[in-house]
Amino acid sequence: MLYRESGQYKTSYISDQSIFPIREDRIGIAIIGLIALAIPFVASDFFLNAIMTPFLILALAAIGLNILTGYAGQLSLGTGAFMGVGAYSCYKLTTIFPDVNIIILVLLSGIFSAGIGVIFGLPSLRIKGLYLAVTTLAAQFFLEWCFIRIPWLYNYNSSGAIEVPERRGFGDIILTGPSASAMTQYFAVLGIVVVVTLAVKNIVRGRIGRQWMMIRDMDIAAELMGVRPLTAKLSAFAVSSYLCGVAGAMFIFFYLGAAEPSAFSITLSFQILFMVILGGLGSLVGSYFGAAFIWGLPIMLRAVLPAMGIDIGAETVFHIATMVVGALIIFFLIVEPHGLARLWSLGKEKLRVWPFPYG
Amino acid sequence: MRLKRLIAGTILAGTLAGAALPAFADELFVPLFSYRTGPYAGSGIPIANGMHDYLTMLNERDGGINGVKIRIEECETGYDTQKGVECYEQVKGDGALVISPYSTGITLQVIPKASVDKIPVLSMAYGLSAAAEGNTFPWVFNPPDTYWDGASAIITDITRREGGAEAMKGKKIGYIFLDAGYGREAIPLLEQLSKDMGFELLQYPVPGKEMQNQASQWLNIRRDKPDYMVMWGWGAMNPTAVKEATKIRYPMDKFYGVWWSGGNDDAAAGGEAAKGYRTLNFHGVGADYPFIADIKKYVIDAGKSQVDPAKFADNLYNRGVYNSMLIVEGIRRAQELAGKTVIDATDMRVGLENLDITEERLKEMGMEGFALPMKLSCEDHSGHHKVYVVEWDGKDWQKSGDWFSPDVDMVKPLLKKAAEEYVASNAPWPERTEACAN
Repeated sequence: MLYRESGQYKTSYISDQSIFPIREDRIGIAIIGLIALAIPFVASDFFLNAIMTPFLILALAAIGLNILTGYAGQLSLGTGAFMGVGAYSCYKLTTIFPDVNIIILVLLSGIFSAGIGVIFGLPSLRIKGLYLAVTTLAAQFFLEWCFIRIPWLYNYNSSGAIEVPERRGFGDIILTGPSASAMTQYFAVLGIVVVVTLAVKNIVRGRIGRQWMMIRDMDIAAELMGVRPLTAKLSAFAVSSYLCGVAGAMFIFFYLGAAEPSAFSITLSFQILFMVILGGLGSLVGSYFGAAFIWGLPIMLRAVLPAMGIDIGAETVFHIATMVVGALIIFFLIVEPHGLARLWSLGKEKLRVWPFPYG
Repeated sequence: MRLKRLIAGTILAGTLAGAALPAFADELFVPLFSYRTGPYAGSGIPIANGMHDYLTMLNERDGGINGVKIRIEECETGYDTQKGVECYEQVKGDGALVISPYSTGITLQVIPKASVDKIPVLSMAYGLSAAAEGNTFPWVFNPPDTYWDGASAIITDITRREGGAEAMKGKKIGYIFLDAGYGREAIPLLEQLSKDMGFELLQYPVPGKEMQNQASQWLNIRRDKPDYMVMWGWGAMNPTAVKEATKIRYPMDKFYGVWWSGGNDDAAAGGEAAKGYRTLNFHGVGADYPFIADIKKYVIDAGKSQVDPAKFADNLYNRGVYNSMLIVEGIRRAQELAGKTVIDATDMRVGLENLDITEERLKEMGMEGFALPMKLSCEDHSGHHKVYVVEWDGKDWQKSGDWFSPDVDMVKPLLKKAAEEYVASNAPWPERTEACAN
């Protein structure tokens, strides 16, 4: 009733090929957009700083991994390190060019990460599946080693950490550094994430994305049909690492404010892999679901359980969150391998025919 | 229909209950960043218990500080900087008086934020050494000693044993450290000392991920045969290192740890063979103090503590208590200076800056012989106080030798330089605008 597409005719190629062909979807997106714009004016700083900003950043990282693993079918465990490459290159760029707008530098730093991603993607031309996962794991450890052992990367800081300097842009608004307001940082992140997601959506549904999916579904068949595995796989690595790099740069510049190499450890790689698995392989909206779930669950548990009068220690909440996430991953792998995104599309199917289901 | 109404009712009730919850009563909010999970829990648990129990004891025995209850809340960081920042954001809006990050990584993250949000950070004997420069870092405190004091104190003790600075020439000193902000913090000072005194400094970094497997580092140590070993370890790194040292039969009395490598479980991992292992300390060991008896009476026996009775009042537990004592004395001083009992974070900063714990005050608290008197000032947020060495006797820590001072004359100018470098690399760093009250 509310969600019914009958009567909506697509009379031109443009309307047939639009990202949201159904009017209700467009309305839904508009509402979500409005909410996203309105949140900073009603929510507290904590909500913006500790929930919304990292959620958006991690969603972008999850999209990055989803390109590689969900669309192109190349399992990767090096996401954390690729994020690190983005963060360190952004840091180096901004110390070398302090006057350039930080948002441009964030977007540029993804290119370095894409380059590194392509290099570590080369083995994917020969090896597949779990073996490839092991080579990306090597990338993770090697890059992490670089972050610790190459002092040039952190400007010879004695603490070995990178600290985000204050940067202004767009007039005189403080964008990064401790004095930046939560709202500016949220809007900066929101802008980047939305624009990049739209771009990715268009890549995914175009020629390049279809090549990735062909490689994923059957690489030999794809090759016979004229898809070059070299360009397809390496472009997947490049786009994926680019997104991860941008996410990593934002993670440091708009969220953490400073970072030790351990921030980009294997734990982060796994965290993002779980987001992709839970959210849904091969789905952009799933990446958002997964990020919201994995990032939000511990925070929600910590807020909700005491509010319900259940008095438990801080560490127990931590254990519970870990257990719940673990159990849910197993549950989804068994019951719904396509993750939350699949549940979402099932729900949409049901809504289309509600309240008069047939069949 | 009924189900729907029930669901709607529950949601509504939930929101109302949630909205009604945060009530700012007259209280002193002291958040504790703790880690009872993860690879650093071995060190984190006794610290968290000690800090929590001392504050609970004051609530139970005295009804808080000058009649105002302390609200104690733990936030689990897992020694993870990302979670630490999240904890910081959470307590920031909640009226936190002081932040105790309990991780050098988290401290480095919150230092720039603290001066903007106007919340003091008390990183007791950890964190950024240069933060001792109060004029540069008005919101950060690291009493009673910085890591550089610690490194200098260990070298001072070694020099004493060798019989003077002359004998140090050509000696080999190994430095095994956690390869993170924490472990690297002492390197600049050790390098300076090695240049000044002519000993050779050998570095053995232990990556955080591999701290439970130090076989390769200790293999190198066996090959290099350093005359002394100095350790900057934390969590699971400490017991592993002590065990590996006993395995290669390294003379344990030449193996020094900084204060954070002095947990009872750390040394106990080497058992009897670890006899002689030495670590720095700045507070008493054992349970033989009146305030410990009070904690036992009001907290442990009342079942209000999480501490394992066998580990009550061990070395790191006592350190947690010492840390809480500093917080409480800071609050007390702040109340005195502000002339009111319910204070905010700005008052707390002034209180910490004017911290002056005298011999009489220690006696009053039942801490005579547990700690030395200490005093901070606007310029000096650390104090570079005296330390002493404890030695592992196979079962417990024993005091070895007297309290002595680190080489303050050498450390201080270096700290000043480091603070200037920090300001330069973090430009524009805010100028101190807070007036000095002492």
